[in-house]
Amino acid sequence: MKTRSKTASERPLRARGTVPVGPVLIPRPTPKRFYGHGIPGVNPARLTGKLIVVEGADGSGRSTQIQRLVEWLEGCGHATVQVGLKRSTLVSEELDRAKQGNILSRTTMSLFYATDFADQLENTILPALRAGFVVLADRYIYTLMVRDLVRGMELKWLQNLYGVALEPDAVFYLNVTPEELVQRNFAKNRTLDYWESGLDLGLSRDMFDSFLNYQGRVAQEFLRLQQIYGFSIVDGNKSAAAITDELRKKIQSIFSGR
Amino acid sequence: MQKTFAQLGFPGRLIAVEGLDGSGKSTQIYLVKRWMELQRLKVFFSEWNSSVLVKAATSKGKSKELLTPTTFSLIHATDFADRYERQLLPLLRAGYIVLCDRYIFTAFARDCVRGCPPEWVRGIYDFAPLPDMTFFFKASLEVSLNRILDGRPELKYFEAGMDLGLSSDITESFRLFQGRLLEQYLAMSTEFNFIVMDANQSVEAQQAVVRRLIAARIDLAAFKSTHG
Repeated sequence: MKTRSKTASERPLRARGTVPVGPVLIPRPTPKRFYGHGIPGVNPARLTGKLIVVEGADGSGRSTQIQRLVEWLEGCGHATVQVGLKRSTLVSEELDRAKQGNILSRTTMSLFYATDFADQLENTILPALRAGFVVLADRYIYTLMVRDLVRGMELKWLQNLYGVALEPDAVFYLNVTPEELVQRNFAKNRTLDYWESGLDLGLSRDMFDSFLNYQGRVAQEFLRLQQIYGFSIVDGNKSAAAITDELRKKIQSIFSGR
Repeated sequence: MQKTFAQLGFPGRLIAVEGLDGSGKSTQIYLVKRWMELQRLKVFFSEWNSSVLVKAATSKGKSKELLTPTTFSLIHATDFADRYERQLLPLLRAGYIVLCDRYIFTAFARDCVRGCPPEWVRGIYDFAPLPDMTFFFKASLEVSLNRILDGRPELKYFEAGMDLGLSSDITESFRLFQGRLLEQYLAMSTEFNFIVMDANQSVEAQQAVVRRLIAARIDLAAFKSTHG
């Protein structure tokens, strides 16, 4: 639905749908820091943009929310860049191939994903932040850590590894119960994904049981990381519109430095 | 401090050689391999950076000069982990003597010269136990440089440390880079119990020492192959 205002000053313009277009807000700069040693030679003080992360399982509504946030942010005059897992120029193809064959063992897989992450961090995220963009990350190091933790890797080792990562300005974890995830995955794809069911762990020969068991473990590890990293847990069982609303409010308050 | 394979109760043993390019370490480890094979010992030889899967990504990164110190470090760690988990670890569990032409110390030296924090690099590799014996072939910098520069004048970008911007002249960059690597190796020497070999000596003189030291430390008769 399109509505037109008579004059720009009378009421704010409305873009298509429900995205409100308000006055351009200039975000307050906040200090950035790396979790560990960071990237050699990168000065976090020069990273003036904002890094917003949306975490959650497949079917938790991540991409829908990111899409809506991008529209809203651009409507508010912010330049955006999107990143996600397995999108690096350096190793994404090789990672895809490795996943097909399921031939890599866990440390190798873990480091392979870390390479992919670091490549995007250095070539996309950091340059965009330096240029003052709002970077939206469709998952970040937490998903990678959780997957490895469920597979028995040590937290300390992972924290050292991801000491290269920049601490985001906001992390939203869309928490959806495994039972609800099953329904959403079936509604969308009619099948459960091999990796999202944790079949490599041999939890159960039954894919349905394995999915529920695996997603339960993943959710548990996310909550454990939440204690450490303090990200916002968003009730992903709510309607998409209600979630968008919540995310916008939180982002607004971060941008205004509260 | 990490433990060695013997300390962890592995039936196998890992022997590593480290040193600059041109220090003669590959020749020495090859002769050790032949020596063991001829005695019909269960022996396996492994080279740094030789796994098929990750090689594709590494060479893509190298040819396009896409790698930064962090991704250079991580891609090599991935490669090492692949080789370690799929090859070295099972062989060491099965009671093999595994000979490694370069081990984690190569990564420690290279990555630190490139500016990665030493604790970070060491933390990443801490899934790998220490070798039971590490021979460090210490040649004078000039000898190493001359061996490489005489035999193979076409230096590769990363091998010469061109990414560090030490010099725009590739040969000069290689010299400076190797000098820094040598400093790193020497600094690690005591901490990791390197057996420091005088690589300026003849091939035979060095090999005699290496064989004697291995035979003194490892009960070779226990590694005799019973299968063919």
